[in-house]
Amino acid sequence: MAHGPAKGIRRWLYTTNHKDIGSLYLWFSFAMFILGGAFAMIIRAELFQPGMQLVEPEFFNQMTTMHGLVMVFGAIMPAFVGLANWMIPMMIGAPDMALPRMNNLSFWLLPPAFLMLAATLFTEGGAPQAGWTFYAPLSTTYANPLTATIFIFAVHTMGASSIMGSINIIATILNMRAPGMSYMKMPLFVWTWLITAFLLVAVMPVLAGAVTMMLMDIHGGTSFFDAAGGGDPVLFQHVFWFFGHPEVYIIILPAFGVISQIIPTFSRKPLFGYSSMVYATASIALLSFIVWAHHMFTVGMPLAGELFFMYATMLIAVPTGVKVFNWIATMFKGSITFETPMLFSLAFLVLFTIGGFTGVMLSIAPADFQYHDSYFVVAHFHYVMVAGAVFSMSAAVYYWLPKWTGRMYSEPLAQVHFWTSFIGFNLTFFPQHFVGLAGMPRRYSDYALQFADYNMISSCGAFLYGISQILFLVIIILTIKGGKKTTADKTWEGAEGLEWTVPSPAPYHTFSTPPTVK
Amino acid sequence: MFARAKQLTMLLLGSACLWGGSALAADSAGRSDENMPIGVTPVSQTVYDIHMLMFWICVAIGVLTFGALIFSLIKYRKSKGAVAANFHESTKVEIAWTVIPFIILIGMAWPATTALIEVYDSDEAELDIKVTGSQWKWRYDYIGEDVGFLSILSTPRDQIENKTAKGEFYLQEVDEPLVLPVGKKVRFLVTASDVIHSWWVPDLAVKRDAIPGFTHESWAYIEKAGTYRGYCAELCGKDHAFMPIVVKAVPEAEYNDWLAQKKQEAAELRALTSKVFTLDELMARGKDVYSKNCAACHLENGEGVQGAFPALKGSPMAIEADQLTAHIDIVVNGKSGTAMQAFGGNISDVDLAAVITYERNAWGNNTGEIVQPVDVYNHRKGE
Repeated sequence: MAHGPAKGIRRWLYTTNHKDIGSLYLWFSFAMFILGGAFAMIIRAELFQPGMQLVEPEFFNQMTTMHGLVMVFGAIMPAFVGLANWMIPMMIGAPDMALPRMNNLSFWLLPPAFLMLAATLFTEGGAPQAGWTFYAPLSTTYANPLTATIFIFAVHTMGASSIMGSINIIATILNMRAPGMSYMKMPLFVWTWLITAFLLVAVMPVLAGAVTMMLMDIHGGTSFFDAAGGGDPVLFQHVFWFFGHPEVYIIILPAFGVISQIIPTFSRKPLFGYSSMVYATASIALLSFIVWAHHMFTVGMPLAGELFFMYATMLIAVPTGVKVFNWIATMFKGSITFETPMLFSLAFLVLFTIGGFTGVMLSIAPADFQYHDSYFVVAHFHYVMVAGAVFSMSAAVYYWLPKWTGRMYSEPLAQVHFWTSFIGFNLTFFPQHFVGLAGMPRRYSDYALQFADYNMISSCGAFLYGISQILFLVIIILTIKGGKKTTADKTWEGAEGLEWTVPSPAPYHTFSTPPTVK
Repeated sequence: MFARAKQLTMLLLGSACLWGGSALAADSAGRSDENMPIGVTPVSQTVYDIHMLMFWICVAIGVLTFGALIFSLIKYRKSKGAVAANFHESTKVEIAWTVIPFIILIGMAWPATTALIEVYDSDEAELDIKVTGSQWKWRYDYIGEDVGFLSILSTPRDQIENKTAKGEFYLQEVDEPLVLPVGKKVRFLVTASDVIHSWWVPDLAVKRDAIPGFTHESWAYIEKAGTYRGYCAELCGKDHAFMPIVVKAVPEAEYNDWLAQKKQEAAELRALTSKVFTLDELMARGKDVYSKNCAACHLENGEGVQGAFPALKGSPMAIEADQLTAHIDIVVNGKSGTAMQAFGGNISDVDLAAVITYERNAWGNNTGEIVQPVDVYNHRKGE
């Protein structure tokens, strides 16, 4: 080892080391996860019973908006970027990311962006209230201009961060693979991130375009989204979802990658259908660009448009199905054990598939007219985002934590964390299918009496899920501070890949000479 | 409540099965708290059938997929001595599970397409209703009939604030429901005056976004008389949860009587425009109009919400004599770029005069000024 890290705060401010930056991303995203979770707890507390209890409807709308924004942009996306920073160089046998200086900048743009966003809570007009989708004209003409402006700059900043992060990942994967590691030998996590990074580079500028048009409408006297000035409010939705639909795959593809690493390990059997997994990931990414308007079936598109978007959306079920079947085939005739990373992966598999089924139901346009903007949709996307992205992220942390820290987490505590999360999650979101079908619209600060029972169950589940994430934090801190030392390179019997060839904890600099892949 | 909690715990063990169970219960009852209503229009019945078809296909696939998963997890446990095989691909199998789902999807797309064509067929309607969403009320205009009115949440504030017990139709009741005839094809022309709303009545299977500057069509042919309740389904600001929809479907004869009565009421109200009212008359009427139309933002006590909705109590606009015209103007024409909408044409000149008078004399604003309906009428006509 050439030299160690600098000491004190400057190590973290100036660092260009991929492991340090990975840790910064992971800790930042965890902080945001807790913050976004706190917003969710306020929402669920208010919805515990019909009637207005704790907060005013304005504040309720701020909470739903901030919960969505913080979870998507602050928690899930940075979590996977952090994972990419930590793992991609180690998985491909590279000494660091390709552009370390830019790596530092792309992380350090995030805290000011979210500080700005959070600061809007304390402005006179309050935080943004138009939902995480911030549809115009509610978010332009009818929003507090100060709040809207700060929000727009925050989105720009996090967008710049994402684009830099993705370019870095693309450059690293394309240029710095160990000798002998052809594209079709890359670990699946690396593959999914390569595709995700291209998605990010393609759509973050679209989001930037949308918020720039908003900024011009608010301060520049233009009328992009104002019908009174010749604009079109639906234009906003088209632009937003052209970003927003690929965005959901940006969130879920790295999760697919994680699961594709973990299931083979605990099945002690190679991943089934490696190449079809790669093709499936690529087809999902390509399809994601032509299905955006399925979020807008009720805006009044022409019949031909509705049919096109319906058919294209249904098609996504095919490659996604291939992935699920391949994972199950990986376990078939394996030798399976059930450590915590595997438990989270199995929960991912089952719950994500349920989210996929409701996704197919939502793709059917005539039925979607009834599902759209109801709690059925809320249930659907939380099965995909939480049971998909967040559960796979928990699995990833438990899976690689021994490699990161050289210490083993407490398996019994981790299993408690798993079961409370699993039960809490399902109690929260499964009943939302029912209230949605029975007619409860989303983003409601109060509701009619027939929805009361299921909302109460939902809230109880949410508190359980929320508390169990504090346990997660405790487990991680206990591991870092005093977990049992694990010096073996391979923590898990069935683990394969270059990251398992380096010592535990992974040294500050790995692979000063590239390993050879056969 | 407790029984349901128990059900849900069971559900965690075999979630898909129980969902199927509750959906079955809906089939026999027609209406349920767990499933989509079958509804009262041909379209809603088609949509319900498609929904259930998709659901059962998903359940079937789920049973197969999760069955294979559970089988593998039980059979190939390491603790039971399972030794891993080493196969990792099979082109035939992978092609099969790409092609078979594709064929299933074609089977789903067929009924979905015919249903969608039915949903879009709004031609040859016998009755046109213009539906306008505005923060946070619905306006219904019977095209060609000279009848139109606002429909506003009628649940008392006390129930929302938990001061009194909640009624049976808590948050699902309005002062004036949309009245429609049974057995006629009704077309809805849906638009909005400020932000995007969405007009959703589950029993009619109608959900159409109301978008400012654009008008979109939807339709319903109601087969059964009754009261059907719905909601605004697009986030539209603070009172999003408080703008319900109530549709009262009645036999045609009853509908015609109702329409005639509505027309007469409108004519009587117009006649009142020329009448001269006393302060007390206007104050009494104005209080009522205010609590229906204005209190959602400016509050019953006129104090408004800081940073969002200006106070009227003690406001220069409402107490200074030289601001009277400006006051009338903002109520009649609204203020663009804010949540203050134009009420001229939405409520009668008598009510406008009453509410302006009320605002200038309530909560200690005691200006003593009286605005007569004719003043509002003249202002609207630009005099």
